[in-house]
Amino acid sequence: MATTVAESKLTDQPQPGQMLRGIALLAPPVVWMLVFYLIPLVILLVYAFWSVDYLTVVRELTLENFKTIVTNDLYPRVILRTIAIAAIVTSIDIALAFPIAYFLARKVTKHRELLLMLVIFPLWSSYLVRAFAWRTILGTNGILNSFLQWAHITDQPLTFLLFSKEAMVLTFSQVWLPFMILPLYTVLDQLPKSLLEAAADLGGNGWQTFRRVVLPLALPGVVAGSLSVFSLTMGDYITPTLIGGPGDQLIGKIIADNFGTANNWPLGAALVFPLLLVIFTMLVVANRFGALGRSSV
Amino acid sequence: MSTPTAIAKPPRDWSAWALGFASLLIYAFLYLPIIVVVLYSFSATKVNAWPIQGYTLDWYRELRGDTEIRNAIGLSVRLGLVAALSSLVLGTLGALALDRYRFPFKPGIRFLIVLPITLPGIVTGIALLAFFSLTDRPLAQWTIQLFGLSFPIPLIVAHITFSITLVLSTVAARLFQLPSSLGEASADLGATPWRTFRRVTLPLIFPAMLSGAILAFTLSFDEVVVSLFLKGRDNTLPLLIWGRLRLGLSPEINAAATVITAVSLVGIVTSTVLLGRTFRSGGPGNE
Repeated sequence: MATTVAESKLTDQPQPGQMLRGIALLAPPVVWMLVFYLIPLVILLVYAFWSVDYLTVVRELTLENFKTIVTNDLYPRVILRTIAIAAIVTSIDIALAFPIAYFLARKVTKHRELLLMLVIFPLWSSYLVRAFAWRTILGTNGILNSFLQWAHITDQPLTFLLFSKEAMVLTFSQVWLPFMILPLYTVLDQLPKSLLEAAADLGGNGWQTFRRVVLPLALPGVVAGSLSVFSLTMGDYITPTLIGGPGDQLIGKIIADNFGTANNWPLGAALVFPLLLVIFTMLVVANRFGALGRSSV
Repeated sequence: MSTPTAIAKPPRDWSAWALGFASLLIYAFLYLPIIVVVLYSFSATKVNAWPIQGYTLDWYRELRGDTEIRNAIGLSVRLGLVAALSSLVLGTLGALALDRYRFPFKPGIRFLIVLPITLPGIVTGIALLAFFSLTDRPLAQWTIQLFGLSFPIPLIVAHITFSITLVLSTVAARLFQLPSSLGEASADLGATPWRTFRRVTLPLIFPAMLSGAILAFTLSFDEVVVSLFLKGRDNTLPLLIWGRLRLGLSPEINAAATVITAVSLVGIVTSTVLLGRTFRSGGPGNE
């Protein structure tokens, strides 16, 4: 098997040493990932089958944590709420990303590189900073409230702005938006111009062309972006902590609390299972839509 | 372009204007929080309120005099450098192997390598926390001292892990674009694989390697989601900001956040310039 498989891009002739060389190159990063990612992940999942007795972990297998998650009605509610919020955030981001991605891919002729970089930059600016900026904006004595009072639109601070589901949705939509714009831009950019012209020639108006031609072809980008936005929202605990109210906790925050103040690691680890289940389901769906692509990695 | 006349114009030109206007609003939405933080870091009053009463550099002076913040910036820089350099080597090796060679389990290995960015950061954080805690040695004791500087192992390990994915994808994307004929030509001319790598491949992928490493530094410099679980004795700058946020907002935090943003800006610009044209496009207006 070795010689037939070992063809590479370098030579057409299969060489016996090729595969060995490949493995030698690959070994350091793969060993690192196994030791410092996969093994820790397995340990984490094993934790879910342990239990806690007076703050010490009992290393005996039990399904107690899963029973707690299913029977205690807090957890199913939190999981459903998380999925609902992630779905709303994803929909908002699709709606916001479409015009800007379409504009950049099909309408802009000058400075496109710069405009794209402007989309990417917020991704690389600190997530923590952006999340806490929303708190500065929405707080009772925050910028929005003082602005509204300064402009005489309200005469008292609006207290419902911060610490609410709506504020969380707003923050999430803003911080993850570039993750939706970029894959959408990529698919819209690759759309052959001839297809749009053909649609117009056949008498399709703007909306028809968009719905019947652009949208189906852009679907892999939408799915790829949705996967990122959904997964990031599902696992986040920073925004729920800074922006969310006490009544609207998400699963990421509950997991983080169990590994922090609540100090119930096995229960926290068990809550990772529904999280992974949702994300892997989405991965499978995304794969079907060809959204994961045959990228270089 | 000729002078636009009513006839020469495409019939639905207004859509470009509408889309452009919508895009402008979306850009504003993307940048609003960043602008707020930067603007209010210069505000003279302690409360973040509208309108801004006056401007000052006091908060930056306070930042400079704050030893806690100085130490935190030091640790963030160390961590970023170690993560960038280690992932530069590990990520490039992985990218070369995946691009140039065939071996069993390749799809599985690809999957493993992108897993840290596919799964939410919290999973990396608590998985490594569980991993390091198996030894019953507290996280704070996992710090080693070198040349009088502290190096917290759990944070270093975590930052290298997500950085590998980043460098690997950047370098792999570049390798993917390179025609394989270059390597073949070099081999035909009698060059050994090592010589081909040094004289042909390396110069071509070096900008991508550097770009990936800078991105890794940038990401490491403001990472908080994973790091919060693995914090030992010392704070990184984002961890310190997180800690202080709980005590309430202060203009000094805005100033610290502005510093982080500035570092990110320099990082992303350098990295983009290094990569050259990041996005190949076939859209209108492109030759």
